[in-house]
Amino acid sequence: MAKDVSDRVGKGVERTGPFTTVSGVPIERLYTPEDIPDLDYEKDLGDPGQPPYTRGIYPTMYRGKHWTMRQFSGFGTAADTNERFQYLLKHGQDGLSVAFHLPTLMGLDSDDPMSEGEVGKCGVAIDSLADMETLFKGIPLDKISTSMTTNAPATILWSMYLVVAEKQGAHWKKLRGTIQNDILKEYIAQKTYIFPPRPSMKLIVDTFEFGSKHVPQWNTISISGYHIREAGSTALQELAFTLYDGIEYIEWARRSGLDVDEFAPRLSFFFNAHNDLFEEIAKYRAARKIWYKIVTERFHCKNPRSAILRFHTQTAGCSLTAQQPYNNIVRTAIQALAAVLGGTQSLHTNSLDETLALPTEHAAGIALRTQQILAHESGITNTADPLGGSYFVERLTLDMEKGCWDYFERLDAMGGMVAAIEKGFPQREINDASYEYQKAIERKEKIIVGVNEFVMDEEPPIDTLLIDESVTGRQVEQLRKLRETRDNGRVRQTLEALREAAATHNVNMMPSILDCVRAYTTLGEICATLRSVYGVYEEPIF
Amino acid sequence: MSEKIRVIVAKPGLDGHDRGAKVIARAFRDAGFEVIYTGLRQTPEQVVHAALQEDADVVGLSVLSGAHMTLCPRIMDLMKKERLDDVMVVVGGIIPDQDIPKLKECGVAQVFQPGASTEDIVAYVRQNVRKK
Repeated sequence: MAKDVSDRVGKGVERTGPFTTVSGVPIERLYTPEDIPDLDYEKDLGDPGQPPYTRGIYPTMYRGKHWTMRQFSGFGTAADTNERFQYLLKHGQDGLSVAFHLPTLMGLDSDDPMSEGEVGKCGVAIDSLADMETLFKGIPLDKISTSMTTNAPATILWSMYLVVAEKQGAHWKKLRGTIQNDILKEYIAQKTYIFPPRPSMKLIVDTFEFGSKHVPQWNTISISGYHIREAGSTALQELAFTLYDGIEYIEWARRSGLDVDEFAPRLSFFFNAHNDLFEEIAKYRAARKIWYKIVTERFHCKNPRSAILRFHTQTAGCSLTAQQPYNNIVRTAIQALAAVLGGTQSLHTNSLDETLALPTEHAAGIALRTQQILAHESGITNTADPLGGSYFVERLTLDMEKGCWDYFERLDAMGGMVAAIEKGFPQREINDASYEYQKAIERKEKIIVGVNEFVMDEEPPIDTLLIDESVTGRQVEQLRKLRETRDNGRVRQTLEALREAAATHNVNMMPSILDCVRAYTTLGEICATLRSVYGVYEEPIF
Repeated sequence: MSEKIRVIVAKPGLDGHDRGAKVIARAFRDAGFEVIYTGLRQTPEQVVHAALQEDADVVGLSVLSGAHMTLCPRIMDLMKKERLDDVMVVVGGIIPDQDIPKLKECGVAQVFQPGASTEDIVAYVRQNVRKK
């Protein structure tokens, strides 16, 4: 796209550069109509709410309703997190988002030897239905929407949520929320997998089927680029791998006999918001357009709702610095601005202290206020897609799209995403990009304020949240009591039924998992049974 | 120093955040070290076993889950039991300031926090490794 505009605007003196995005994409000095000669308004953009949805999925966008401000939180025991939830709801947050601790994410109970040192650290400890009941105590599940970040054991945690709703008398048809349930990006980037790809994909297809029949307002998957980006990918890789993961889920569901138009409207997406404002905005705009094309042209969907890409955004944790942490408030604000200018449906803003620990209540409060300032003070919500028609943004959006189709061609040639993962392709692409980025920082081609430039020798310490070590003791004690008081005969029966269902071809696993949960069978017990049938995934070391 | 420095890069803890471990493993390789990356979710026993088997000069632990104050002291104890006192252990990850003195007390040579450059880490290892 290099062009010489110097005869028009003069040679001028420029800094040395390089002038590249945070992903390393070269940027021109100036963008003009010559950069988008073939841009066709109807075909490439469309009005907001019209195909291909480049400009947004609703005609009114934020004039209709602001995005959902959804702060991800969870730590300690279920009682500790329930208190934080009550605080966030009281301060104007609209939806809940649960962070589980690592043992739960890995399908282990808090008293498992592997869980030592990890209980309640990175999220809330949930071992059984009893913990889930405490987590949502006093919160009517038919009135709020809840997002749960869980992947390998998503079927189990979703079942616990459904049973809590059942006990509250909340009808499943009224429940709104999301389970992340995206195992492909776990193999690619975040690495909290348990089972091998094939049984894992089967469990996900089971949730699509179960959800569309029984919990129709629930997003049964949040296809996530967030973690791919955090693992060090470029913006383009984040977008391409995520959308292709979407293709892979549809392929698997279709092969198992589901009608794409039945479940596709419940597919949702989750993207990162990094520092490079315009690159990120282009990414979100391109995402909607590409997804529309995939769903209508590749899968021939008839339901218009199948082709609409709805997404959640989280600001980039990996962009935050431990040095001069208050600067992180500014980084997060810029990233949140990108998400909103890109038309996000919901947003999590990180807290300033998250490179050091889980956030304090004070830091989490500032993060939520950042969103409220964008919504109520900045004026950016007055019109839909305010940057539509910018020569620069439209060029970046087209380039992002082109880059994705190129990646899709390579992934198709490999036989799809599961096959590509087995070959280590996306993993290697991300490793290379993250190493390149680190080197660019060390060469000072990329400046990180407070890290490789504008450094302070002495910094005042800041207060961080300490997870008190007594959490483990309390959680393990509750678990011991539960195992003593529940009907263990019933637990054994439900686990036996679960084993049988898992070993039988083409049986939806949700009903037997729900039965386990109702009997207070623990997450660790359920996962151990599934591991004994499905096996475990071992990552090849690249 | 004619022989290559042998480094184990290990990832104890339940989390899967291997970006840092992989970047540092590659930086060590580019610096001419012999690098063995253990993969994820290694128990303290597995880490020490790898150090022993591979005749390591250095063990680099990457911990981002918050479990470092459980895992690192246990690894250091096992290292002592196996008489691996001459193996240098360095730790990287999300390690709050207040934990650094405690880690050093139990024998960790150095702790690298977020933002540390690979050049500094490579230089530290080169200068401080005790070749057998």
